[in-house]
Amino acid sequence: MAVTVSIPTILRTHTGGEKTVEAKGSTVAEVIDDLEARHGGIAGRLVKDGALHRFVNIYVDDEDVRFAGGLEAPVGENSTVTILPAVAGG
Amino acid sequence: MRCCRRTEGSDRPERFVPMLNAARSPTFYEFDSGDLLRLYREMDARGEVPVVIYHSHTATEAYPSRTDIGLAQEPDAHYVLVSTRDDAEPNQTGHDLRSFRIVDGEVTEEQVEVVETYMFAHTGADDVPDNG
Repeated sequence: MAVTVSIPTILRTHTGGEKTVEAKGSTVAEVIDDLEARHGGIAGRLVKDGALHRFVNIYVDDEDVRFAGGLEAPVGENSTVTILPAVAGG
Repeated sequence: MRCCRRTEGSDRPERFVPMLNAARSPTFYEFDSGDLLRLYREMDARGEVPVVIYHSHTATEAYPSRTDIGLAQEPDAHYVLVSTRDDAEPNQTGHDLRSFRIVDGEVTEEQVEVVETYMFAHTGADDVPDNG
């Protein structure tokens, strides 16, 4: 089951410049594992100490996975996973 | 804290998008994650990317803070800082305003030139669009 993953500018160095890639998995964690297998190094930009990075947002379709189970959030068939770095500072 | 956009391939801000500070703090800003998704979807549909991301420092200088540097994740954006602190000294912009690129934790300042409009900024003629 392939899902489409939208890759932000800052992570496109891992995907050969591609804005969208395909990955497999039925949870966010599985999708990230599959992304890592195809695009080495990307997982470390998304996950820190076993949890989603505080300043990277991951969405399944329209939902921020932080409010939907985090790494265990389900990813349905034909879902779109969007990765967006937080815009933050101070 | 605001965000501007450009048409992909150009480096010129063409649309101004004000954003709310979801952190509701005078010393930290963050966009609401839902707002962020809607904005990036809209930008994608319009072929836009962020070109200027600006915010103010109310008590410190117009230079990226350690937090700004650590969290900067748009390598192609111009990060514009304006200081509104009491003793801020205006520069050539009329404000204490500076612009930076922030890539992999490295800060590079860039020159800021104030223009009346982009249309006539560099051609020297008042009826010839500047496409540069």
